Amino acid sequence: MTAQALIHFPKKARRGEVIEIRTMISHPMETGFRRTQQGEPIPRNIITAFACRYNDVEVFRADLFPAMTANPFLSFHTVAAESGTLTFTWTGDDGFRVEERAKIEVG
Amino acid sequence: MRSRGMTRRGMLMAGLAALPAGAALTVIVRPAAATPEAMQEAIRRITGGAPLRRGRVRLEIPPLSENGNSVACAVAVDSPMTAADHVKAIHVVTEKNPQPNVIGVHLGPRAGRARIATRLRLSDTQTVTAIAALSDGSFWAESANVIVTMGACLEDAL
Repeated sequence: MTAQALIHFPKKARRGEVIEIRTMISHPMETGFRRTQQGEPIPRNIITAFACRYNDVEVFRADLFPAMTANPFLSFHTVAAESGTLTFTWTGDDGFRVEERAKIEVG
Repeated sequence: MRSRGMTRRGMLMAGLAALPAGAALTVIVRPAAATPEAMQEAIRRITGGAPLRRGRVRLEIPPLSENGNSVACAVAVDSPMTAADHVKAIHVVTEKNPQPNVIGVHLGPRAGRARIATRLRLSDTQTVTAIAALSDGSFWAESANVIVTMGACLEDAL
């Protein structure tokens, strides 16, 4: 299953500036609490963890539960410390794993 | 493979378009809702029994939501976010959802600002609580009541 991830943050920032990072990924976030019309439980299928690394140093991490919406959206902040790469990782049930990278230029 | 129950949401995102037609329709079966006690237990697991203080946390959530499937929610914590004094974690818990926890985030001085925004599901009208764990070991919280006209999952039954 391919998942589409959207990541928004200023690609250029001043050193020390606090930037907002907004992320969203396509995922059903099936809660595991629902049943089909035939009464069979629908197995849980959610993203359980998200992490953001800034030049390979983890700066933000989240544990997600079924009460997150489908296509979970998450906004957080980080200090633009230096130029480099931001790495975003989503992991979840059934071996779900998506990793995205994006460059940031800090002047 | 993971087609069951994905029809509605699958159609929401073009990225999930590769679904077999006629995937099983789903109906709602209300699971035992998390009781306020379950929320208290979830809070105890977060705080380890330390007292929750009121203040410093600002929970931004609409007082009325027509659709419990997506309720915008932001949590901001009043903190200088320095190495000596920062927010270590922010948790959001609910009173009546099948499971109390919604999200728990871990951050530190490199966040610069202790503010997160996300969207959550609410099964019913209930209290939502945001808890901040600070680097000095203290816990702060704010709660808000949200009236939900149509709870999460309900439209699956229509």
